[in-house]
Amino acid sequence: MIQNSIIEEASYEIMKKAAIDIPEDYLGGIKSVAEKESEQLSGFVIKTMVKNYEAATEDRRPMCADTGLPRYYVKVGDNARFQGGFTGIERAMRSATARATHDVPLRPNRVHPLWRTDHNNNVGINSPEVEWSFEPNEDWIDITTVHKGGLFGTDYRMLFPGDGIDGIKRFLLDTLISFGKRGLCCQPAIVGVGLGGSKDTCMQLGKQAACLRVVGDRNPDPEISALELELKEIGNGIGMGPMGFVGSSMVVDLHIEVGHTHTGGMPISVHTFCLSSRRATARIHGNGEIEYRTDPKWFTPYHRRETIGWEEASC
Amino acid sequence: MLREVSINLPVTPEDIESLTPGSIVYLNGIVYTARERVYDKIMVKGEKLPDNFSSLSNVNFHCSPAAAPQEDGSYHIGGVTATASFRFSKYLADWLDLTQTKIIIGKGGMPGDDYKNILAPRGAIYLTTVGYGTGALLGRGVQAVESVHWLDELGIAQAMWMFRVKNFGPFLVDSDLQGNSLFAQQGEIVNQNIESLYEGLKEPALHRYGETHDRKNELM
Ligand code: SF4
Repeated sequence: MIQNSIIEEASYEIMKKAAIDIPEDYLGGIKSVAEKESEQLSGFVIKTMVKNYEAATEDRRPMCADTGLPRYYVKVGDNARFQGGFTGIERAMRSATARATHDVPLRPNRVHPLWRTDHNNNVGINSPEVEWSFEPNEDWIDITTVHKGGLFGTDYRMLFPGDGIDGIKRFLLDTLISFGKRGLCCQPAIVGVGLGGSKDTCMQLGKQAACLRVVGDRNPDPEISALELELKEIGNGIGMGPMGFVGSSMVVDLHIEVGHTHTGGMPISVHTFCLSSRRATARIHGNGEIEYRTDPKWFTPYHRRETIGWEEASC
Repeated sequence: MLREVSINLPVTPEDIESLTPGSIVYLNGIVYTARERVYDKIMVKGEKLPDNFSSLSNVNFHCSPAAAPQEDGSYHIGGVTATASFRFSKYLADWLDLTQTKIIIGKGGMPGDDYKNILAPRGAIYLTTVGYGTGALLGRGVQAVESVHWLDELGIAQAMWMFRVKNFGPFLVDSDLQGNSLFAQQGEIVNQNIESLYEGLKEPALHRYGETHDRKNELM
């Protein structure tokens, strides 16, 4: 039985880790983008960012003062047993968010959309968001936090099947150019593209593609994987680097996630996970042991399943 | 190589004069934060600035710090990061006149016309943060909180913070006293390539407003 206090502790620790330590996959990615960057200003910006990650880790202070919108993704194994029920998990995550906001400190970004009231703890109506998913056979709970910049870099459009790959490329260019100017989306970014689903799942898939897959990870469908690399090159061929300066560093990596969609449509969403690509994951095993990592491992084969059942598909 | 300078605050007209777009700047002295809610308070509601405000600082940082009040009444400043400045354009002329501010620091610059029409004529320039997520490096440059105003009323993010800073940076000079802008110069070069990126890609069947500005047009 996993104690509720362990869930709270894990949720608190990942909030801290996410805010302070840049994930190694992103750091490796940005260094390899920097090697190809031949422009002086763009190169200076990336070098400064790398210094900033080092300062954050050395001083144990947040890498970016804008906390974005801190939130959680939870994957629960079928055999996980935990104290306090599902609402207990949610309560623990709200408490961890408030504690981490004070202790790190995180900027209390969350306000009421109309009255602008701030509880000074990043907790409020529908915040932090908690997204749930499940995994067969396992006895652990995976909790991931993501602190993603909240204002720029995301767009949605209903395309149609006849618009084809051209439509996807155009929309990607539109989004990256419009939010890349002056670096509003704080590129170089991990770009997530959501394709299909209904409008809301399309947004969700793109966001998860940006925030819950690591640099270098490829979609298991070989054709989608090839498209990921092609779109990444297109993004880096815009001629724009960090802050919208002349350069070649726009996209650190690009991930596509798909969902079956309406037969007449091909909705698309594009999301950019910024220079402060903050994510951290904790796995709480059945015996209460906690393991920390930076790869959320969100898109499991089960998660991407196409069949009615799962057991029959795997044998 | 990019030129690097260190400046003591309050900034002098000579220092301002010497800065050219693309130079790297570090600051020493006092900077203050002010954004929409402070602007509203002072300029729309007509409330008073803190005493001696203009002689203390002439550098406005568009920022909300990650700060936490401690039990002994001090503040723990973690990171500081700029927020996008273009949204504050409408307040700027009056704010510069009222406060004699000479440097605006923020994210992403102001629209090019603002430099020509608002900042340059008032002897003011714009510095942009680098990256923009350099919260930890900038946090290191904050030595102390000199004072904080309207914290209870406006909250941590919107309150006016006065920071004593040392080696605070790096920043890049965006605009100069002629109204030139680094962002505009770089943007123009990027723009030359944009049309060619779309060559050979057919347009989607359904358009959107924005692709046509005439709301009477159908989008099909
Ligand atoms: S987009 Fe990211 S790096 Fe930029 S200010 Fe927001 S959180 Fe920081």
